[in-house]
Amino acid sequence: MAEAALGTRTKRETYPHVTAWDRLKVNREWLAWWFMLPAGAFLVLFLAYPLGLGVWLSFTDTRIGRSGVFIGLENYEWLWDDSVFWISVFNTLLYTGVASAVKFAVGLYLALLLNENLPFKAIIRSVVLIPFIVPTVLSAIAFWWLFDSQFSIISWSLRKLHLISTNIDFLGDPWTARWSVIFANIWRGVPFIAITLLAGLQTVSPSLYEAATIDGASTWQRFRFITYPLLTPIIAVVMTFSVLFTFTDFQLIWVLTRGGPVNATHLMATLSYQRAILGGHLGEGAAIATAMIPFLLAAILISWFGLQRRKWQQGESND
Amino acid sequence: MTDVLAAKQIDPRAVLTGSSALADHSEGMSYLHSLPRRLVTLYLPLGIIMLVLMFPFYWMALTAIKPDEQLLDLETFSPFWTWTPTLKHIQKLLFESSYPLWLWNTMMIATCATVLSIVASVLAAYAIVRLRYKGAQWVGGAIFLAYLIPPSILFIPLSTVVFQYGLFDTPFALILTYPTILIPFSTWLLMGYFKTIPFELEECALIDGASRWQILTKIVLPLAVPGLISAFIFCFTLCWNEFIYALTFISSTSHKTVPVAIVNEFVDGDIYRWGSLMAGALAGSLPLVVLYAFFVEHYVSAMTGAVKE
Repeated sequence: MAEAALGTRTKRETYPHVTAWDRLKVNREWLAWWFMLPAGAFLVLFLAYPLGLGVWLSFTDTRIGRSGVFIGLENYEWLWDDSVFWISVFNTLLYTGVASAVKFAVGLYLALLLNENLPFKAIIRSVVLIPFIVPTVLSAIAFWWLFDSQFSIISWSLRKLHLISTNIDFLGDPWTARWSVIFANIWRGVPFIAITLLAGLQTVSPSLYEAATIDGASTWQRFRFITYPLLTPIIAVVMTFSVLFTFTDFQLIWVLTRGGPVNATHLMATLSYQRAILGGHLGEGAAIATAMIPFLLAAILISWFGLQRRKWQQGESND
Repeated sequence: MTDVLAAKQIDPRAVLTGSSALADHSEGMSYLHSLPRRLVTLYLPLGIIMLVLMFPFYWMALTAIKPDEQLLDLETFSPFWTWTPTLKHIQKLLFESSYPLWLWNTMMIATCATVLSIVASVLAAYAIVRLRYKGAQWVGGAIFLAYLIPPSILFIPLSTVVFQYGLFDTPFALILTYPTILIPFSTWLLMGYFKTIPFELEECALIDGASRWQILTKIVLPLAVPGLISAFIFCFTLCWNEFIYALTFISSTSHKTVPVAIVNEFVDGDIYRWGSLMAGALAGSLPLVVLYAFFVEHYVSAMTGAVKE
C-alpha cells in the first residue's frame, strides 16, 4: 500500500499549472476585501457618510426641500444666543448625570442582591431584564398613564395615604416633569446595568471573600477592597454605554413630554428633532446634533483610558 | 482590544442560575446569615425593587382589560383590580385599527434588517478575526467606535441621504438604515465567538483543501450557532425598539412601525384612549417577551458579550 502510494507520487512530477486566479483565490487581502464589502458598504453609506454630512449641514442653512449654502458658524452663533438651546444642554447634563449615577448605584445594589443565594434565582434574574426587553416607547406609554395629571395611580395612592392633598401634575410642572422623566429613564436602565454587573460579579472567586472574612474584613471592606476593584473594568464599559445612550436619549422624552412644558424637558436630541424635522431647519438641527459630539468623545475617551489602565494592572500585553 | 472578560469566559447559563463561577463553593459563607437578617438586607430591598420594576407592566395589562368607566373613576372602583375584565380594547385594537398591519410592518422590517446585518457581520467578523488582513485590528476598533455613534446624531443627515436615494417613506428606508446600528454590535459579538473556535480546526480543513468559504460555512458557522442566535435575538429586539429613524423616515400611516404608530395614531385627545393605548403597548411588547422567554440565556450572553471587550 505504502509503496504504491509513494510510487504514484514520484511519477507525478508536474503539478497542475497555478494561474493568477488561483493565487488570487487564496490571497487573504483579496478575500478579506470581499468579506468586508457588505458590512463596509452599509457602514460607509449609512453611517460614515451621514456623520460627515451632518457636520457639513451644520455649517449650512439647509431647510427641508431646499439645499443650503455655506454660512460658516452662523448656526452655532445663533444657538449660542438661544436660551432654549442652553436649557436643553442643562437638561441633558442633568438628565445624564442624575440618571447615570442613580442607575449605577441601584444597578450595582441589585446585582449584589441577585448574586446572593435565592430561591427561584433563575426566574427572578430573567424577570429583572424585562423592562430592558420591552421597547422603550411602549413602556414610556405606560409611564405616561402612570404620570397622568388626573388619573395617576401614584397621586391616588399618595392621596389615600394622606401624604398629599391634591394630585401631582407630574408632567405639567418643569421640575416635576424633569424628575419624572429621569425616573422613567432609571427604571428602564437599571436592569441592563444590574445583569451585566451580575455577570461580572460571578467571575469573582468566593475564596477571596472567605479569606477576607477570616482576616476580619467587614461587609463594606469586602465590597470596597475586593468586589469594587475586580469589577472596575466592566463598570467602565457598562457606564460608558449607559452615559452615551442616556445622553443621546430621544424616545422617552418624546413620548412623555415632547420637550414640554415650555421646553423644560428638551434634551439636545429632542430639540434637534423639533428644529430640524418639525421646524424644517435642517442646518440648525444638525448644529445641535453636532454639538453633542464633543460630549460623546469625552465619554468614549474616559472609558478608553479606564480600560488602558486596567490592561496594565492585569499585567497583560497590549494586543 | 482587551479581553476583560474573555479570559474569564462568562457562561450565560451561570449568569442566570449559578451563584458564582465556582459551583462547588456556592455554599460559601451563607451559613453566616440568619433568616431575619436576610429578610431585611436581602428579601425586602429585592422585593421593593422588583415591585417597582414590574408595576408598570401590571398597570399596562390591567388598564388593557378594564372597562372605560372604571379607568376614570378611581373612587367607586378599586383601581388595583377589576372583577369585570373586558376585551373591548383589544378587539378595537385588532379589528378597528391598522394595528395588525403595523405589527406586520415591524416584524418584517426587523427580520429583514436583522438577517442582512447578521450576514454582513458574519463575513466581516470572520475576516477580522481569522483572515487577519492588513489593518484588521484597526477595522475592529473602528467597528467598536461605530457602535458608539448613536442614532440621534445621525437622523438629520440620514434623512437627507434617504431622500436622495429615493427611499423616503418605504420600508427600505428602515431595512437599510437599521443595519448601521446592528452591524457594529453583532460584528463585535461574533468576533468574540469566532475567537473561541480553535484555529486548528480551520488549519485541518485548509490542509484538506477546503476553501475559505467552505471553512466558514461548514466549520465555523455550525460551531458559532449559539453566537448567531444571540446576535439574532438581540438585533431583532433593537430593531423593534428603534424609534427615531422610523419616526423621521416614514410618513404614511400604512408604513409605520408599532412604536411610532402607537405614539402618533392612538393619541387623538380622546379621554377614553387609555385602554386601547395600553392594549397596543402590551401587544407590541408581548412578541419580544415571548421570544426572550425562550432564549433568555442567549439574550444574556449577547448583553454581556456587548460589553465584553
